[in-house]
Amino acid sequence: MANNGDTSKSTYLLAVGTKKGLWLGTSADRAAYTFTGPHFLMNEIPSIGIDTRNGSTRILVGVRSEHWGPTVAHSDDLGQTWVEPDNGAITFPPDTGAALERVWQIQPDTGDRPGVVWAGCEPISVWKSTDGGEHFELNRGLWDHPHRSEWGAGFGGAAAHTVLPSPADPNTIHIAMSTGGVYRSTDGGASWQPRNKGIGAGFMPDAEPEFGQCVHKVARDAGNPGVLYAQNHGGVYRTDDNGDTWTSIAEGLPADFGFTMLAHPRRAGTAWVVPITADSARIPPEGQLAVHRTDDAGATWARLADGLLEPDFNVVLRDAASVDTAEPVGVFFGTRGGTVYASGDEGSSFAPVLTGLPDVLCVRAAVVGL
Amino acid sequence: MPEVNVLIPSLLRPVTGGQEELRLDVEAAGATLADLLDAIGAQYPVFNRRVRDETGSLRRFVNIYLDGDDVRRLDGLKTRVAAGSEVMVMQSVAGG
Repeated sequence: MANNGDTSKSTYLLAVGTKKGLWLGTSADRAAYTFTGPHFLMNEIPSIGIDTRNGSTRILVGVRSEHWGPTVAHSDDLGQTWVEPDNGAITFPPDTGAALERVWQIQPDTGDRPGVVWAGCEPISVWKSTDGGEHFELNRGLWDHPHRSEWGAGFGGAAAHTVLPSPADPNTIHIAMSTGGVYRSTDGGASWQPRNKGIGAGFMPDAEPEFGQCVHKVARDAGNPGVLYAQNHGGVYRTDDNGDTWTSIAEGLPADFGFTMLAHPRRAGTAWVVPITADSARIPPEGQLAVHRTDDAGATWARLADGLLEPDFNVVLRDAASVDTAEPVGVFFGTRGGTVYASGDEGSSFAPVLTGLPDVLCVRAAVVGL
Repeated sequence: MPEVNVLIPSLLRPVTGGQEELRLDVEAAGATLADLLDAIGAQYPVFNRRVRDETGSLRRFVNIYLDGDDVRRLDGLKTRVAAGSEVMVMQSVAGG
């Protein structure tokens, strides 16, 4: 029921991961929410995956304590109880000599690949689960990649923060890392090639290297799986050829810096960004927080700020934004100032549904059956 | 029986079955702190993951005291543990 847009009898789930815990909200109308939390108090929640593929709802969370380290937990009862596999869902094999630092991304695969869940982690690594996220296996193709020694660490750490399996082809996966940029596999993850042609790297001597870009977030177009949108560390781009080449779609935006990128789950050409002034000025332009939406694949952008508080000098981090699958699509995001906004009309209007939280690190929304 | 007493911080008691302290037979458990943690981990694997990462290293902001001494100033997890010792696991001061 989650993907057909018929949500007349549905419940909307909103999961908010912060620097100090997780909040879970349910709503009948995406306007009034009942929240529980904080779950995992004093643990940061940098990643959330909501898996609704088999008719039930599993919430997967990356959890990290400054003291007690990172782990993955899941709940099949909307957060009433949590399960943490005894030996850890994600642990590096002994021969790597590595230790997990943080789970940055938990991404359920498409509906026709039940049980498959991807994760992107720090240190830079991609993982695949085939049991619904209870145990993940390290992708060796990326771990042993010859570029590894040249990948760098963004301010938040060296991580694969985006994993996008292609709905059209089970062997095609796009990932993005900071820093390293976009990589693509077309053989199910056995090998990975950089796919950054056209994406700038203003912080490097070579303005357009083969890899090394600090791509912040990538989202896949609903209409054509070969079309993807990228918010770069300076630059907003689209590819029409599965990542082979990228062209700027920043014209019409007030700034080309930012962290988020969302794509519509069904309609081609629609995407959302939240512009930030610049690398050197990490606040919304003029202190006026605004979402921008394109309905023509980046040719034009509309500024959407109805209902957002003014002023707001906080940024929206790369995973602190989400869409759901309802009709019309809901758009949700949270700020480092701890305000969470919800829109039930594709961003045309927003309302704050939570305020005063710790820094919001991750937001995920879904339509669930109860 | 020669035993070592391991004091569990309150935040970790949910992963040791609520126990505030664990008594281990050092001869059965082995002679080093790492051996001691291995023995605890066999029964309480999540406790082990909270204290050590998967390489076996003590997590950066976890401290272990052996009879009052920070084991990082001794021989780390290779420090030998004698019968009658008290091992205290604590979180350090970190975070904001």
